[in-house]
Amino acid sequence: MIAECGHYALVLALALSLIQSIVPLFGAHWRDVALMNVARSTALAQFLFVALSFGALVILHVTSDFSVENVFENSHSLKPMIYKITGVWGNHEGSMLLWVSILALFGSLVAAFGNNLPLTLRARVLSVQAWIASAFYLFILLTSNPFLRIGTPPMEGKDLNPVLQDIGLAVHPPMLYLGYVGFSIAFSFAIAALIEGRIDAAWARWVRPWTLVAWIFLTLGIAMGSYWAYYELGWGGWWFWDPVENASLMPWLAGTALLHSAIVMEKRNALKVWTVLLAILTFSLSLLGTFLVRSNVLTSVHAFALSPARGVFILMILCLFIGGGLSLYAWRASELKQGGLFAPISREGALVLNNLFLTCACATVFVGTLYPLALEVLTGEKISVGAPFFNLTFAPLCLLLLMALPFGPLLAWKRGDLLGAAQRLLAAGIVALVVTAVIWAWTRGGASLAPLAIGLAIFVIGGAVSDLVDRAGLFRLPLGTVWRRAWGMPRSNWGTAFAHAGVGIALIGIVCESTWNSEYIATMKPGDVAEITGYQLKLEGLDERPGPNYREIAARFQVSLDGRTLGTLAPSKRNFTTRGSSTTETALMSRGLSQLYVSLGDLSGQAMAVRIYYKPMVLLIWFGPILMAIGGLLSLSDRRLRIGAPRPALGSRRLQAAE
Amino acid sequence: MTRKQRRLVMIGGSLTVLALAAALVLNALRDSIVFFSTPSMVAEKHVPAGRRFRLGGLVQPGSLARGENLQVTFKVSDGDATLPVSFKGILPDLFREGQGVVAEGALDSAGIFKADTVLAKHDETYMPKEVADALKKQGHWKDDYGAGAGISVNPAGGKAAEASRGTTR
Repeated sequence: MIAECGHYALVLALALSLIQSIVPLFGAHWRDVALMNVARSTALAQFLFVALSFGALVILHVTSDFSVENVFENSHSLKPMIYKITGVWGNHEGSMLLWVSILALFGSLVAAFGNNLPLTLRARVLSVQAWIASAFYLFILLTSNPFLRIGTPPMEGKDLNPVLQDIGLAVHPPMLYLGYVGFSIAFSFAIAALIEGRIDAAWARWVRPWTLVAWIFLTLGIAMGSYWAYYELGWGGWWFWDPVENASLMPWLAGTALLHSAIVMEKRNALKVWTVLLAILTFSLSLLGTFLVRSNVLTSVHAFALSPARGVFILMILCLFIGGGLSLYAWRASELKQGGLFAPISREGALVLNNLFLTCACATVFVGTLYPLALEVLTGEKISVGAPFFNLTFAPLCLLLLMALPFGPLLAWKRGDLLGAAQRLLAAGIVALVVTAVIWAWTRGGASLAPLAIGLAIFVIGGAVSDLVDRAGLFRLPLGTVWRRAWGMPRSNWGTAFAHAGVGIALIGIVCESTWNSEYIATMKPGDVAEITGYQLKLEGLDERPGPNYREIAARFQVSLDGRTLGTLAPSKRNFTTRGSSTTETALMSRGLSQLYVSLGDLSGQAMAVRIYYKPMVLLIWFGPILMAIGGLLSLSDRRLRIGAPRPALGSRRLQAAE
Repeated sequence: MTRKQRRLVMIGGSLTVLALAAALVLNALRDSIVFFSTPSMVAEKHVPAGRRFRLGGLVQPGSLARGENLQVTFKVSDGDATLPVSFKGILPDLFREGQGVVAEGALDSAGIFKADTVLAKHDETYMPKEVADALKKQGHWKDDYGAGAGISVNPAGGKAAEASRGTTR
């Protein structure tokens, strides 16, 4: 009964979405207020029904109703409750339902908080949003219905893939989806603006917070996924340049570019045409990401034996929205008026440079991800493009971007003073050089690029700090004034500084981890001692113990440094009987920002194969993105940007900008 | 600066960055891509020793031998030809005889494939796509290899069904 209710609610959501796709558009065309307002109520109702449908699937999983195929394939009655819930989106059908639920959530948020949007714009935005939703409802109902019943219900389920039975699954996919799908709002706004044939600073003011929300979630989602891979897969890597990871990195890069170009549009009314294009591209890349993951076109280890119908369906959605969006852009973009002149050396110029580098970096990831696919289709030849490719393409572009990054916020709008900015960065530059020299001297004979890269990271962080110092007037003004100035500074300035410093911090982590990572791989018997960068790990014993739906062998390691015992590490190897597969549970010990990392291999007799890593500064890799997300949140809390904050001057500004 | 000059600077700058990116990509595509082969393709093409490639096929049953200090050897077969592989390190969780495997490395002078990475997936019914395609092409595909049951599906972007790898660097 619950399954049928869920199914029916989904069909109702589709029906509402179809109404929302069409009626408000005519309303906007005929300036009919009643028809335009249909968008608002249908968007809210649509979310209600999708939420009901999603709730139904959650209940089915929680109650282990194995008469539903989706539950049977992915659940087990002995599975711990938390994984019964997270297992809802740990499979194709459920995760697509989560996808549309989040889409409907964003739509309903625009409907609920969009009261101060121009009525026609709101109607059109919600309509476009409903086109996307309709396409995905159809996709779910026609090819991936999670509510299908099995004729003769089995007694027990097949259990969730053991790798997914982890807390990471609770957080990572929803975060990532909030990011992916959040960019749909920017897309809808762009398409609506193209239909209206008018775009102005108020538009950017609206788009930026939504993009920022999506960007924050995507940043956290990617970082979370990376940490999950790091501790779950058991061989210490945190980024594999796997197509599925690239699929989430591409919208992030494009979204970051969009955030920055939207600033130019908001402040200076320039770069309109480019911003609209970026908005379309960012969501297109999100769709592409969905396609890459949800179809089995990838010649990667992520390829699943899914029915080809799904791949073809998503490909059609992809072509429809990307092709349609870009055609509309080609047709209408020339009607958008360009405004706001600026000199090449200016804040705008710096942001253009930022956009250039980010989009080029995004393009290299795109080529690296899709080139193997294209080559296989065209010549039948199979290749794999891995880390070496991205180290040669993506990395240099990012390093160039980072070199320019600290200058941007210090340049004035319209016409900047590069020399002045350089002078203000003098302190940061000197610190960076000193750090580089010290590290180089310390690790003499080691990698020569690493100290330079760390110096660059310090320069970026120093740049962010000196920007704040400068604005607050620290060292120039009395402390009380500095305090007041720092307090009164727009939060978005703090946000910028935090986010930029986060980039530098992540870079330090990445460089340290990949350059000075030490590794110890061997077979150990109880009593053996492994030594790694000064730490002694003594294997005290192997314990066998049962878990709720698995059996595991855990190894007890006593960790000591210079004869001082620091604690025990207990990595384990789990064997899931239902699926007959095993997972490796790593054990981690944080030492400051560095980590000791132990994972197990195979047991032969009494000898256990072990993998021990010492990863210096590894935690910075994830603190960086967290700092970026905090920066994003600070920006979002800025009064001037707050979603739905009243803007008294809106009307007059629109008149002025519309020319 | 006149309007025209400004525009020239902007366009020039953009083209410079684009050209740089294109040069980097083309250079990297020449040097850093790795081709995929099956044992019979290796036999046909006479791949020179030392060139890196990915080898895919089934682990031949009965061929796995473990030596001292995590040294392992096994044979990879695609039905028509087999190739001996040696690897030092920890094999992935789902490495099994008779299952699909992808290894990355190069041939040594004795014609043994020295792998430095071995990939297999966390799923009992997994078959690497390259391997499946190659087997199908040579008519050795059995339907039950990758069939239906227990297929794991990855949440978007998740590391969920990520390969586990054995690596030595």
